[in-house]
Amino acid sequence: MNGENGAEETTYEVPIGPIHPALKEPFLIKFRLDGEEIVDAEPHPGMNHRGIEFMGMHRNPMEVIPLSERICGICSIVHQHMFTTATEHALQIEPTNRARYIRTIMCELERIHSHILWAGVAAHEIGFDTHLHLTWKIREKVMDLLEYIAGNRVNYSMWTFGGVRRDITEEMHPKISETLEYYEKTYDKLENIFLKDPSIKMRTKDVGILSKKKALELCGVGPTVRASGVKKDVRIDQPYAAYGDIDIDYVIPSRYGFEDKGDVFSKTVVRLKELLQSIDIIKQCVAQMPEGEITSEPKKAALFNKLEKKDGEGIGRIEAPRGEAIHYVRLSEGREDIDNWKIRASTYNNLPTYAPMFMGEQIADIPIIAASIDPCIGCMDRAEIVDIRSGETETYAREELHELSVEKTKKLKEEGI
Amino acid sequence: MPTQTIYTLIKQLLKKKTTNPFPVKYTPDNMHDAQELIEEGKLEINPPVEVPPGFRGKLKYDKESCIGCQLCVKVCPSEALVFTEERKVRHYVTRCTFCGQCVDICPTDSFEFTDEFLMAGPEKLYDDLVLNP
Repeated sequence: MNGENGAEETTYEVPIGPIHPALKEPFLIKFRLDGEEIVDAEPHPGMNHRGIEFMGMHRNPMEVIPLSERICGICSIVHQHMFTTATEHALQIEPTNRARYIRTIMCELERIHSHILWAGVAAHEIGFDTHLHLTWKIREKVMDLLEYIAGNRVNYSMWTFGGVRRDITEEMHPKISETLEYYEKTYDKLENIFLKDPSIKMRTKDVGILSKKKALELCGVGPTVRASGVKKDVRIDQPYAAYGDIDIDYVIPSRYGFEDKGDVFSKTVVRLKELLQSIDIIKQCVAQMPEGEITSEPKKAALFNKLEKKDGEGIGRIEAPRGEAIHYVRLSEGREDIDNWKIRASTYNNLPTYAPMFMGEQIADIPIIAASIDPCIGCMDRAEIVDIRSGETETYAREELHELSVEKTKKLKEEGI
Repeated sequence: MPTQTIYTLIKQLLKKKTTNPFPVKYTPDNMHDAQELIEEGKLEINPPVEVPPGFRGKLKYDKESCIGCQLCVKVCPSEALVFTEERKVRHYVTRCTFCGQCVDICPTDSFEFTDEFLMAGPEKLYDDLVLNP
């Protein structure tokens, strides 16, 4: 890189961070380059340790519920659900049937919100900011519905041990069905943009390929591996909440007439088709919802005493919008606080899949490939790039990479037309 | 393609705006003057957005019915509730995360959510930002 005075200088930066307030595992990827081509990619997680597990171990389980949903800004329901089910497992209490259905509806609403948000981010990374604004406008509807049900736009505080804290009553049904109709209508628009537009196809097809073999070897989770044709979904493999009663199937591109290639395009297909699946699941849940109590432990003070006196450990699993995630909780008798709490979010599993995806691609494709696993991190805040010919080390800021990506789209468009 | 663009543009012009309007169209030069004008009724402002039912706004604390059992203090995740010497609870609004666990656990229903969400103040311990000071 040339300095201000025009002389050649080699820069070396120690990246501290990247820090992002909403994310659990910010990390750094080191790329080795041969010219424009990436020959090696090495993810470095662990850049921002917030110590949430440690904080949780110095609080009682009731205090940890609001803390757990703040692990992630987008999938707060996911972490809340896992923590609560893990503690329920340890306490050996069961949620009521009605609570199971309400939980399922909330989980699916969050999936709709998360996938639409992802589509906007992906469009932004390849330089279509109009689509970013369009998708995020579409997303507002589901945020309004979540606020209407839970009272909060994000961090819903809906879960409690043994059930949920707010009911989905008959009066709420019209608003839910209205929102679902809106999404059914706008789905065609999204499909037109993301699956049929030639410019977007040029940037996403055959980019960042993850073969089925690699996906299985590296134990990826969620839409990242489903796009490669791997049938893996906790909702079907080990149903939780009300998923056991509901008719669902694995969303893989070949079911819809696309190729199970594992490139960015297949991942887009999986995420968009999961929108339709989520709408279907919510409809089934609303129709089948049983009557009854919303929580099996209505007396909170008694529950609080129970939590203090119980010995045990438990596990909570969920299919988050990004893939499978797990919480482990251990409680010990006579101790008000949690004994041990371990969180494994889905991005942690998907990190190793970066290596085969980046192989042989160009620097300008880094943002879209990095975004394709829907990382729960400000992943490209800083990336270090090593040129193997000269041994120089450069550090690209997020903006520079974004510029490169936008330029590539422009160039491809000009060439294509 | 151009016809589609024109159609979309015309549709956009006729549609209601998705975003909520600001209180006033342009930032006033002087906030104090603007505030006086509003109080006198000379300047109209766009009202704040309506809140949904069950909104988690600022808490209301009923000191009389509180029995001082401290359960709310135990479940508060952000230590926004502090037990005072007179065996009542003090609530710091600026620390509150609006999870509502105190509302749920209170045996005498001394806590209640209100619809109030405009809670800005010049400092942390400003006027209304501490309940039962």
